[in-house]
Amino acid sequence: MNFSSKKTYLISLFLCLLPLLGIIIDLLFDNLGADPIQTLHIRLGDWSLRLLWLTLCITPLQTFTRQRGMADYRQMLGLYVFFYASLHVITYVWIDQGLDWGNIAIDVLQSSYIWLGLLAYIIIFLLAISSPKVAKKKLGKNWKKLHRYIYIGSIAVIIHYYWQLKGNMAEPLFYLITLSILLMFRVAVWFKNRKFNKMMIPTTKRIKVVTVKKLSEDQSTMVYSQKLVVEEDD
Amino acid sequence: MIIKTTKSIPSSEITDPLVFKQRRQLIKAMVAMGLTGSGLYSDVLKASEDKAVLTPTAAEIVKNHTNYYEFTFNKTDATKLAQVLPTDPWSVEITGEVEHPGIYHLEDLLSQQSIQEYIYRFRCVEAWSMVVPWMGFPLANLLKKVKPLSTAQFVQFTSVYDPDHMPNQKDKAMLEWPYVEGLRIDEAMHPLTLLATGMYGEKMPKQNGSPLRLVVPWKYGFKSIKAIVKIELVKKPALTTWSKSGPNEYGFYANVNPDVPHPRWSQNSERQLGGGFFTPRRKTELFNGYAEQVASLYSNMDLRHFF
Repeated sequence: MNFSSKKTYLISLFLCLLPLLGIIIDLLFDNLGADPIQTLHIRLGDWSLRLLWLTLCITPLQTFTRQRGMADYRQMLGLYVFFYASLHVITYVWIDQGLDWGNIAIDVLQSSYIWLGLLAYIIIFLLAISSPKVAKKKLGKNWKKLHRYIYIGSIAVIIHYYWQLKGNMAEPLFYLITLSILLMFRVAVWFKNRKFNKMMIPTTKRIKVVTVKKLSEDQSTMVYSQKLVVEEDD
Repeated sequence: MIIKTTKSIPSSEITDPLVFKQRRQLIKAMVAMGLTGSGLYSDVLKASEDKAVLTPTAAEIVKNHTNYYEFTFNKTDATKLAQVLPTDPWSVEITGEVEHPGIYHLEDLLSQQSIQEYIYRFRCVEAWSMVVPWMGFPLANLLKKVKPLSTAQFVQFTSVYDPDHMPNQKDKAMLEWPYVEGLRIDEAMHPLTLLATGMYGEKMPKQNGSPLRLVVPWKYGFKSIKAIVKIELVKKPALTTWSKSGPNEYGFYANVNPDVPHPRWSQNSERQLGGGFFTPRRKTELFNGYAEQVASLYSNMDLRHFF
């Protein structure tokens, strides 16, 4: 697969819309079950989570395959995460709660799993609006720092997911394990870089060759010896 | 007998008389055709005519939205999976602190009872709700026949254990099986508490807890145990399945209470199934709207502590 071709990019762009298409078809054919609002809400949330996991796959994939030009995919997937997460939030606020802000406030305050969802959404929102190239340029070094918050976001997402569950654990376990693997990759890279950096960073120490002259023991001749001295720089 | 509330019921919740009549006629026709079998349901028609009752949720929704964890953890698949459960013949063991213990054939138990329709709200701990026209009889009527001893303080119910037909029992998945529930004796004797054998004028579908299930309308749905095989009169409260699994999350009482949130989610409002999109959520009522009838059972109790 050639990730730098425009065709591949466009196909991916289209593929990410398929879940939404599926949901719309089920909506039109009244195929969302006995609790359609909940189903709609959950399915949008599920896809947002899955796409976030995929987004987190890009960097390791790039490292292992040494493919170039994958950053564009990371951006695209990330924006889709934002897209599905926004629909998930809109479903909750507008369709489920009917914009009843009083009840929404109570619901959010009393539901700890929503706090985590909210935290994740705020992070995803900030990353989405800082996604364009202009923003990237403006933020400079801070852009990368900001976008590392996605790790906190993804942990918030998995807790959000777990805390609203009552029953079944198979699917959430899959997501927990995959997220752990993806985050472990980051930790491994971070460790490796840290060690590597230690070796590469120029120290402030200087090594000097010092020549020492001394009279020989019988005081007849001068003896010259050289030794290496490590000097601390001021 | 229908327990009437004196509260006015919003017009949106009153059944359109035409729909109501049609449904009555359907039931009458079915009874006439003998589709409901045994004639157990002949008393039904006398009940609840011309009364302003809650609008039942569409039967298709109630039949296809069940939490029957013995079969599946999702709400739709039990409709199909539960059909393999053998429910005929069925016997119920009544034991413990009771004058007439024994293993009773369900038919024998039912022949002593008159089955009527009771339209109750049903509120799930997951914050959705429906209105179900149950067919059944007060649990008290059964208990009176077997005569609990004065030492009987609680009633403990056990669901069927049938791993050959219940996949999650076979896999020992998630909860400890069989499912166990319990009530305090005064809760069990309360006239609102039912043993149900049918709904919507028909025999109870298997996924809804056939052949015999409990219905306690002022408590969260998980208290209303399905496919009962054992009723025990006991001195101490049962360690119920959900409180065993999550003691901080699911208590013994599990009374519907908007002011006592579940540790992880709010119970302040509920989504009524069968409403359209953008239908406002319903504000959850204390004791699911049955406070007038049952609040006195808990008059001296801190409901936050005894959740």
